[in-house]
Amino acid sequence: MITVEGLTKRYARTVAVDNISFQVQKGQIVGFLGPNGAGKTTTMRILTCFLPPSEGKATVAGFDVLEQPMEVKRRIGYLPETPPVYPEMEVSEYLSFVGKLKGLSGPNLARRVDEVSERCAVADVRHKLIGKLSKGYRQRVGLAQAIIHNPDVLILDEPTAGLDPKQINETRDLIKGLAGDHTIILSTHILPEVEQTCEQVIIISKGRLVATDSVHNLQNRARGAETVLVEVAPRDSAPFEQTVVQRKLEQVAGVSRVLLRDASPARAVFEVESLKDKFIRGDLARAVVESGWNLNELHTTAMSLEEIFLQLTGSEPAAAAAETPGEAQ
Amino acid sequence: MRNVGIIFKKEIDSYFVSPVAYLLLTMFGLIFGFFFWNAVSYFVMVGIESQMRGGGGPMNLNEYVIRPLLSNVSVVGLFFIPMMTMRLFAEEKRTGTIELLATSPIRDIEVILGKWLAAVALYGCMLLFTAVNFAFLFRYGNPDWKPLAVGYLGLLLQAGGLLAVGTLISTMTRNQIIAGAATFGVCLMLWILEWVSGYETAAWAQVLAYCSVITHFESFAKGVIDSKDVVFYISLIFLGLFLTSRSMESLRWRS
Repeated sequence: MITVEGLTKRYARTVAVDNISFQVQKGQIVGFLGPNGAGKTTTMRILTCFLPPSEGKATVAGFDVLEQPMEVKRRIGYLPETPPVYPEMEVSEYLSFVGKLKGLSGPNLARRVDEVSERCAVADVRHKLIGKLSKGYRQRVGLAQAIIHNPDVLILDEPTAGLDPKQINETRDLIKGLAGDHTIILSTHILPEVEQTCEQVIIISKGRLVATDSVHNLQNRARGAETVLVEVAPRDSAPFEQTVVQRKLEQVAGVSRVLLRDASPARAVFEVESLKDKFIRGDLARAVVESGWNLNELHTTAMSLEEIFLQLTGSEPAAAAAETPGEAQ
Repeated sequence: MRNVGIIFKKEIDSYFVSPVAYLLLTMFGLIFGFFFWNAVSYFVMVGIESQMRGGGGPMNLNEYVIRPLLSNVSVVGLFFIPMMTMRLFAEEKRTGTIELLATSPIRDIEVILGKWLAAVALYGCMLLFTAVNFAFLFRYGNPDWKPLAVGYLGLLLQAGGLLAVGTLISTMTRNQIIAGAATFGVCLMLWILEWVSGYETAAWAQVLAYCSVITHFESFAKGVIDSKDVVFYISLIFLGLFLTSRSMESLRWRS
């Protein structure tokens, strides 16, 4: 549905997007992930024909963004970082204005305005001025605007920015509900959002593509070596000393490192890391039990997307959270 | 064409939903009313004087009232035009709604034409105010309507040109005040360029004077459609709108 090849965007002094290539299949939700100023907004603006690329090729639904922009624009819905709303318009007036811009007319237009205001939960404020709405409502009006002409491709630039947690959940559900009929690209710096909504992730950093894969694969790939938490407790009068237990665990084949995480006379918790591609859980359990201790708990800790992200981009997500509007300017 | 209509309607709505249109129309109505009152009073006074002197031919309403008033409107327009155009693109750029327009299946030129036509229409509303005043002349006097119609045509053409320049300037900034002030400066400049013809007859002075929008209005005020002046105004409109579309395109390459 979307193909990007060798996309590059240079500004006077900086390179915002540097030789990015990726593909998005029909019906997928793709998370566009990257720290502040990574080039997310620029890439989205190129896909929506707002900015021309300096080099490379981007096609949406088979149409080139440079050569057939009208065809591309007909097929995309776009929600920029700040919802593009006119404060002096009423919600329904605004939606029908956008609908007309996108080529709807007559009863079809009225029906779509009703449908999207219902779907984005703005029907109750449809006769209010947009300027009087709260940020959350304005965001949803922006989303309604993006889907009014039922586009094949939806491009959402930080759709949940500035919403409260309840609204964030509602927006996520809404976006998930839209998948299937629509191909969706959404940019965000909120990692759990990607884990929860997206099937595929494209991570970019400093304008370069760092990784593109499914959320599941990415977790597996970054993990490679597994980390196991082991809780050991003494049984009966068997001798129980942390150093002894630790040495015992270290001797298990395939273990690279053992860290003591928590200790008391009654129990000890260790974090055990395996060597790459080694399966150690069975041997660990056997080692503990055969030494005469109780194995209270044993589980692997999956690497969160957050850790993967940090690993791949080498940046702080806390800094990315302070993203300012108009990062590409 | 349909898209031009959509943008046109949106702009007209936004002029009339906000106090902008009402404020401009009221101010213009007051100012023009004052001009009209002065012109008519002067006409009456001169008329009485010439009667007391017992002579003088019949006085012409067109020459004494309508012509100077149309020239006044043409000058007053220079002050109102920046206020009509400064918002057009600067506001869209500031609030980011330009992204909506630029990513919708609508051509730049359709956006520009819609906005420019809306501004021309607002100027047309202003002219309606003058028509209300002139209606009294027709009720109580017997002026010739043709020179008046030609004068209106001239005013619309002149305003069209200046509004196109204002639209162009509005695409260059996201600050309405800058857009307004710059447009006002350009309008004023295009007015006073004509002054050089008062003391200088060299070629450069003639060129400068030719560029003055006021020079080209004189024939319209007299009730004469001079193709040279029509061509000047239409060229100004085309140049302004063409440069606006270039400017909009360059926004994309630069931004």
